[in-house]
Amino acid sequence: MKKRTFVGGIHPPGNKVATVNKKIVAAEPPNNVFIPLIQHIGAPCHALVGVGDTVRVGQKIGDASAFVSAPVHASISGTVRSIVDIPGFGKCVEIENDGKNTLDPSIVHNPNPDSLTLDQLRQAVRNAGIVGMGGAAFPAHVKFNPLKDKPIEFLILNGSECEPYLTADHRVMLEYPDRILAGMKYIMKMLNCSKGYIGIEDNKMDAVEVMVELLLGTEEIQVVPLKAKYPQGSEKHLIYTCTGRVVPSGGLPMDVGVVVSNVSTAVAVADAVEKGMPLIERVVTVSGNGVKRPANYRVKIGTLISSLVEQSGGYNGRVGKIISGGPMMGRTLYSDKVPITKGTSGVLFLPNKEIANELPHSCVRCAKCVDACPMFLEPTTLYKNSDKEKWDTVERNNVLDCIECGSCSYVCPAKIPLTQYIRQAKEIVRSRQKSQAAKEAAAAKG
Amino acid sequence: METRIGRLVVSSSPHIKSSVTIETAMRDVLIALTPALIMAVYFFRFSALAVIVTCVTTAMVSEAVCQKVRGRPVTVKDGSAAITGLLLAFCLPPTIPVWIAAVGSASAIVLAKQFFGGLGHNVFNPALVGRAIILASWPAAATTFVLPLDGVTSATPLEIMKGAVQGSVPAAWSEAVAQLPSLGDMFIGNIGGSLGETSVLALLLGGIYLLYKGHIDWRIPGMFIGSVFLLTAAYGALTGKGIILYSLYHVFGGGLMLGAIFMATDWVTSPITKQGRILFGLGCGIFTVIIRLYGGYPEGVCYSILLMNCCTPLIDRLVKPRVYGRRKNA
Ligand code: SF4
Ligand code: SF4
Repeated sequence: MKKRTFVGGIHPPGNKVATVNKKIVAAEPPNNVFIPLIQHIGAPCHALVGVGDTVRVGQKIGDASAFVSAPVHASISGTVRSIVDIPGFGKCVEIENDGKNTLDPSIVHNPNPDSLTLDQLRQAVRNAGIVGMGGAAFPAHVKFNPLKDKPIEFLILNGSECEPYLTADHRVMLEYPDRILAGMKYIMKMLNCSKGYIGIEDNKMDAVEVMVELLLGTEEIQVVPLKAKYPQGSEKHLIYTCTGRVVPSGGLPMDVGVVVSNVSTAVAVADAVEKGMPLIERVVTVSGNGVKRPANYRVKIGTLISSLVEQSGGYNGRVGKIISGGPMMGRTLYSDKVPITKGTSGVLFLPNKEIANELPHSCVRCAKCVDACPMFLEPTTLYKNSDKEKWDTVERNNVLDCIECGSCSYVCPAKIPLTQYIRQAKEIVRSRQKSQAAKEAAAAKG
Repeated sequence: METRIGRLVVSSSPHIKSSVTIETAMRDVLIALTPALIMAVYFFRFSALAVIVTCVTTAMVSEAVCQKVRGRPVTVKDGSAAITGLLLAFCLPPTIPVWIAAVGSASAIVLAKQFFGGLGHNVFNPALVGRAIILASWPAAATTFVLPLDGVTSATPLEIMKGAVQGSVPAAWSEAVAQLPSLGDMFIGNIGGSLGETSVLALLLGGIYLLYKGHIDWRIPGMFIGSVFLLTAAYGALTGKGIILYSLYHVFGGGLMLGAIFMATDWVTSPITKQGRILFGLGCGIFTVIIRLYGGYPEGVCYSILLMNCCTPLIDRLVKPRVYGRRKNA
C-alpha cells in the first residue's frame, strides 16, 4: 500500500512504546467525579441537578438550548455533593459514587438503528453529548449536519494519532475496529456522503491491517496509510494527504467537501445510536517518565487525574509538568486534582529533569522552522516582527494561518519559543482586526 | 512565559524540543569538515597544520575578547568561531605566513561577525570576508600555491586553464591540457591549491553528512555546482575546449566544492526559503563562472558568495513561500 504524506512537519521521538502494547483496561470506579458543565466549544450547559439529588449512570445533568453545545451526563450513579468551580474547567458537578452503577431508565437499546432518519440520528448524537474526541471537542451533531450549499463528499476518520506518547486511538483501532466502522457508517449517513477514508500513520501498521481485513470487499471505505510525521493529524494536513484537497485559508473542511472526525468519536456515535449510551467514558493514555506504570485506561468522564496516577503506581520521582493531551499541543495542568473530560486523549507526566529550560539564543537563521512549518509560514519572520511589535507586517505574513502545531518551536536550535510568540501575535492581530472593523462600521454609520 | 505553581510548571505548548542545539549543529559541521582537514594535513603537512591552528585559535580568541568588550556572554563554546577559523584556513594557501592568516582570521571575526552583532546578525560569511581581506592586502602570498607533499610552487588547475600564470601563457589549449593534473588527482585532492579545498572526495563526504543531518539544503550546493557545470560546459563547447572534461575541471577545481557545500550554505548568510535558496545557489554559480571566465582572477567562488550574501536580505523579502490554503498573490 502506498503511504502518503504532506510537506513540512517534524519527526519527534514517538515515545509510544510504554503503552502501545497495553490493552485498554477499565479504570477503577472513582469515589467521586467532577463533571464540567462545559466540555466543548460553544455555549456552556446549565446544571439540571442540584446538590443532594440522586443521579444514575447516563442521566443528563447539564444541557443548554444553544445549537452549538453538547449536554453532559452522569458517568456514575450516586449523589450530587456539590457544584464547584475548578479553575480552568469551569463549574463542575461533583457526584459521590454509590458503587451501584445503576443505569438511567432513559438508556435503551435501539433494536433497529438502521431505520433511524437523519434527524433522528443527529438527535441521538446530540442527546449523547458527543463532541470531537481528538482534542478540539466541537459538538458532533453540528459537524454532522452539513449545510445545503456545502455538500460533503468525504468523511475522513482520523486515526493518525501523531502526537508522541499517545496510544489511546491506536488501542481503540486494535480493540474496537468493528465499533469504529459501525459509527463511521452512521456518520456517513448523516453527512449523506458515499466515500470514507480512515487515515492511519504507518507506525500503527497493525491497526492498518486490522482495519483493512475488516473492510475487505467494501468499496466505500478505504484505509489510507500515512507516513508517521507530525502534525499528520492536523485536519488540514489529513485532508490534503487523503484527498489532495487544500482547505482555503480561513475556511473549514466542509468548504472542500470533507468532514474529519476522530476514531474514538466514531465509537461514541455507534454506542449512542445503537445502545442509546451517552458519552460518559473514554480511553485515555496515561504516560510519561513521571508515572510508574503507564497505561491505557477506559475512564469515567469526571474522574480526577490523581486517581489515575494512583492506579498507575504513583509518581516516579519529581514530576515537573502534567500535560493534558500530547506534548506538542497539549496544555499543562496546574494540579492533578482536575477531571478527565470528553476531550482528554491522554495525560502525560514529565519529570522535572525532562523539562527543557534553555535560555533562547538569538536566531541563527538556520531556517529549520521555515522548513518545518506545515502551513508554509516563516516562523522566524513572524517572531522577529512580533518582537518588534510590527503587527501590520505580522498580519501580512499570514500569521492567522498558523495552526499552532508547535513544530517551529520544536526544531529551533536556538530554542526560541516561536509558537508562543506567534500565538500571542495572532491574538493581537485578531483584536486589531476587530477594532478596525468596529471603527469602519462606526464610520459607515457615521 | 513559564510559571511554577507549587511543584508544577505551567507553560504553553509545545512541551518538548528537539535535541539539536546550536552547539550540536556546529559540532556536526566540524565533524563534516574533518575529512577535508585530514586530507589537508596529509597533503600539505606541517604548513597546513600551522595555518589551521593559527586561524582557529585566533578566531576563538578574537571572539572571546570581542564578547568580553561588548559585555556579552562569551559563547566560544558554541563552536561557530572555530568553524570560521577552520573555513578561512581551508581557503588559504598552505604556504601563507601565519601572521597573515592570523590577521585575516581576527578581521573575519571582529569585522564581519562581532561588529554586526554576533552570530545570527552578520550579513557576510565571516570566513570569506577574512579571505577577501587577505587577498586584497597580500595578493601574492594569497595566490602562491605549491604541490602537495613536495612543496614545489605550481599553478593551480584553474590558473592553468585561465592561461595567465607567471608568464607561462600556454600558446594553445592543448598545451594547457597537458599541464593539467588528472581528474583522479583532483578528486582525491593531490593537486596544488588552498589547503582545504583540493579534495573533492573529502568535501563531498562532509556534504553528505550535513545533508543527512539536515543542516544544509541540497538546493544551494546543487544549484551552485549544477550551474557552474552547465555554464562551463556550454562555454567549453562554444570555444572548442571540450564539454564534459572542461566543465569537470571547473567543478573539481578551485574552491567550488568547499564554497558550495560549506560556505554558501552558511545559515546566517543564505536565504531562509527553499525557493530563495534556489535563486541563491544559481546566483553563486553564475557569478563564479563570470569571474572565472571573464574576471581578473582565475577563481570566483569567494566573491560570488559574498555578492549573493548581499542579495540575501532582498531575496528573503521578495521570495515568500506560498502559504497553505492561500492562492497565488493573495
Ligand atoms: S508557525 Fe504555526 S503552523 Fe507553522 S510550525 Fe509554527 S506553530 Fe506550526
Ligand atoms: S529555527 Fe530558530 S534559529 Fe532557525 S531560523 Fe527559525 S527561529 Fe531562527
